[in-house]
Amino acid sequence: MIVPAVLEPVHAELSLRVNGVARSFIVDTRMSLLDALRERLRLTGTKKGCDHGQCGACTVLVDGRRANSCLALAVALQDAEIVTVEGLAEDGELHELQRSFIEHDAFQCGYCTPGQLCSAVGMLREVGSGWPSAVTHDLDGERIALGADEIRERMSGNLCRCGAYVNIVRAIRETTR
Amino acid sequence: MTLADHRPLDSALDRIEGHDKVTGAARYAYEYAHDRACYACMVQATIAKGEVRSIDATAALALSGVLAVLSYENAERLHAVDDAELALFQSRRIAYRGHVVAAVVAETDETARQAARLVHIEYAAQPHDVELSVDHPGLYAPTVVNPDFETDTEQGDVDAAFPAADVVVDRTYETAAVHNSPMEPHATLAVWDTGAVTLYDSTQGVTRVQETVAAAFGLDRGDVRVVAPHVGGGFGSKGWVRQPAILAVMAARLVGRPVKVAVTRQQMFALTGYRTPTIQRVRLGATAEGRLAAIAHDVVEQSSTVREFAEQTAVATRMMYSAQHRRTTHRLARLDVPTAFWMRAPGKCPGMYALESAMDELAVELGVDPIELRIRNEPAADPETGLPFSSRSLVACLTEGAARFGWSRRDPTPGIRRDGHWLVGTGVAASSHPANRRPSQASARIEPDGSYVIRLAAADIGTGARTALTQIAAETLEVRPGAVRVEIGDSAFPPAPGAGGSLGNSSWGSAVAAACRKLRERPDTSGEVRVDTTHDVETDERLARYAFGAQFAEVRVDEGTGEVRVSRLLGVFAAGRIINAKTARSQLIGGMTMGLGMALLEESVLDPHFGDYVNHDFASYHIPVNADVEEIEAIWIEEDDPLVNPIGAKGVGEIGVVGTAAAIANAVYHATGMRIRDLPIRPDKLLGGQAARGRTP
Repeated sequence: MIVPAVLEPVHAELSLRVNGVARSFIVDTRMSLLDALRERLRLTGTKKGCDHGQCGACTVLVDGRRANSCLALAVALQDAEIVTVEGLAEDGELHELQRSFIEHDAFQCGYCTPGQLCSAVGMLREVGSGWPSAVTHDLDGERIALGADEIRERMSGNLCRCGAYVNIVRAIRETTR
Repeated sequence: MTLADHRPLDSALDRIEGHDKVTGAARYAYEYAHDRACYACMVQATIAKGEVRSIDATAALALSGVLAVLSYENAERLHAVDDAELALFQSRRIAYRGHVVAAVVAETDETARQAARLVHIEYAAQPHDVELSVDHPGLYAPTVVNPDFETDTEQGDVDAAFPAADVVVDRTYETAAVHNSPMEPHATLAVWDTGAVTLYDSTQGVTRVQETVAAAFGLDRGDVRVVAPHVGGGFGSKGWVRQPAILAVMAARLVGRPVKVAVTRQQMFALTGYRTPTIQRVRLGATAEGRLAAIAHDVVEQSSTVREFAEQTAVATRMMYSAQHRRTTHRLARLDVPTAFWMRAPGKCPGMYALESAMDELAVELGVDPIELRIRNEPAADPETGLPFSSRSLVACLTEGAARFGWSRRDPTPGIRRDGHWLVGTGVAASSHPANRRPSQASARIEPDGSYVIRLAAADIGTGARTALTQIAAETLEVRPGAVRVEIGDSAFPPAPGAGGSLGNSSWGSAVAAACRKLRERPDTSGEVRVDTTHDVETDERLARYAFGAQFAEVRVDEGTGEVRVSRLLGVFAAGRIINAKTARSQLIGGMTMGLGMALLEESVLDPHFGDYVNHDFASYHIPVNADVEEIEAIWIEEDDPLVNPIGAKGVGEIGVVGTAAAIANAVYHATGMRIRDLPIRPDKLLGGQAARGRTP
């Protein structure tokens, strides 16, 4: 048989700030941000559920905005500021969303939870910045009323097979009251 | 004495591992670190039936960083175990598209995946047979249905009873193949150390994985340790050993380093099980007053040629309702498809969809309220065995649910309620699930600081088992939950059955309570006590043990697009004692959410040309997302059942998914007047129904 041309891996040096800490390391240029976090930096709180941007389990904050880390090539994020679930608590004090998720039992197996939490943090910032969603009725209002419909719509990129959605919506709403 | 004799539990205790799960500290199988770990990637067959003719790994091995390519040509010989799916690389045979035929081990995941694409495989393909039908020539009666129920049952004379009945409903219902799809893909890290191996495995049962891996590799059980303190869901798909466990152990031994394997989301659709599609004919014969005289339930379903797995689809029909004449049958076709396997409430879930849809159709035929119809056919004892029920509160669930849901205001006329372009309807269905228990062991000891440690090889796959067991231990010891540490998910702990069958609280809980009682009864409480409930379980009184429930659904159907929205779901359950109100409610609403998916969204589409499930990712296999779910509430009837087991709890992990799909389908009929008898109820079926009937609802 004809042996196809084999491309050898290409490596590059990368510097990121992850949860406020500067990290520099060598990556395979094919490596996703998700795998860089999990396999290189051993920040395994960020989860791999599909590796195709379809489940949201890998959601992190990149420069303050939520993103699927499985769809981002690590090498393309030089100097980016990354926040993962491990970086949500401050000085050992849980983020209010983390406390609310526990209180409302907004998870079961916990595998989608880091992504749900990072997504919720980013989502609330989007709402605070006045970004409308597909279900926002009043596009000219001063501020967006964050009802259950808005939360459901805006959190639909984060799948939960245990079916904790009603608790997730309650947990998020609780923090906005 | 039952636990109910003690003071009540702090019944809404937060999940013990909640802090770890919201901070990312909870570690799942693939996340255990090892400096020398390397990565394996599976190569799957691209034909549905035939043999591997040759494997050329030259190009893959030429890539720097590739350590090995495994296939039938070089893999070690395994001992046969009870699941032929685990005979990895033991033959050239390909039984379905996606069968694992090779694997690459490399320094990095990126390189392993690249190299997997470079493994060149020549096949000898044969024509495949992948389509299930009621007249498939290969249909046969398996010896038993999963796990050990009779395949067919017959009481009275069904054939004589139907012609004699005042009203007969004779309908065929179909359910699509559906995939468990836990959020955490199946994964294993295997680490060898001088003849012994440790697996960090994503599994519902560490004891079973330990036993099976030991048997497959010819090891002593003591030389296999399986660790799984946190598992990212399973829903049955992690109830057995899976290929990654075998591959990781085999590859790690071959390359002399720890090996990590994760199934990709796409691979899960071929490798980690699914619920068989079903074709179910249900016949109900009743008197004009709505008393059932005859019930027949005939099931056609599939499995692979690798393993006979016969879903117990008609089993619930044997005990739900009174009827003098009854027949249930199961027929199985062994196709060139992936192996159908355990999925949440196996049998009960698809079977009760058909039975409860037929009951709704009978209620319409009779002009009797569907709740009243069920009450009229409530049996005094298990109709199949004649055994008394340990407790049976179906009627209470139906009436309580009716009151809360506002059922009495319901006009049964279909297709008349409108809210703008939405047609609105409501539906009800009953649910049930067996409440048995299995033998389990557990240990208990007191620490120097006065706290207690309980150990057993149980699993918490998101059920809240760790939390419930902590409460059971604390209650038995009469201490606060914070004084108890329950350690599970390690085969080094006393052997325990896996998570499944809604048996956790009854099986593990009984063992934990017994261990705690034994510890308390000792004059000297130092040291460790250990219990085994095998004898207790074997001598349990013979009773019909079941949880029951009633599901209520309100749906809105867009008359223009056929989109169905479930605006309200209410489940009322009677499941004995509820150990933890918070986690139990989560289990029930979670099951109902999965039932919503089964009713409206989930469908694994078989491609007859290539012979596999084509929509093998979350972009095309649609599990419910947040926006699909509106109001779901689950409540329960207080049920004091000291006979069901020493804990008095029946388990709530599966009953939530049973009955939901029928309630939604019945509500869709009530909304539109259209009875869709094959799940999922896609918009095109409702629109097609309009066209076929020449009507615009």
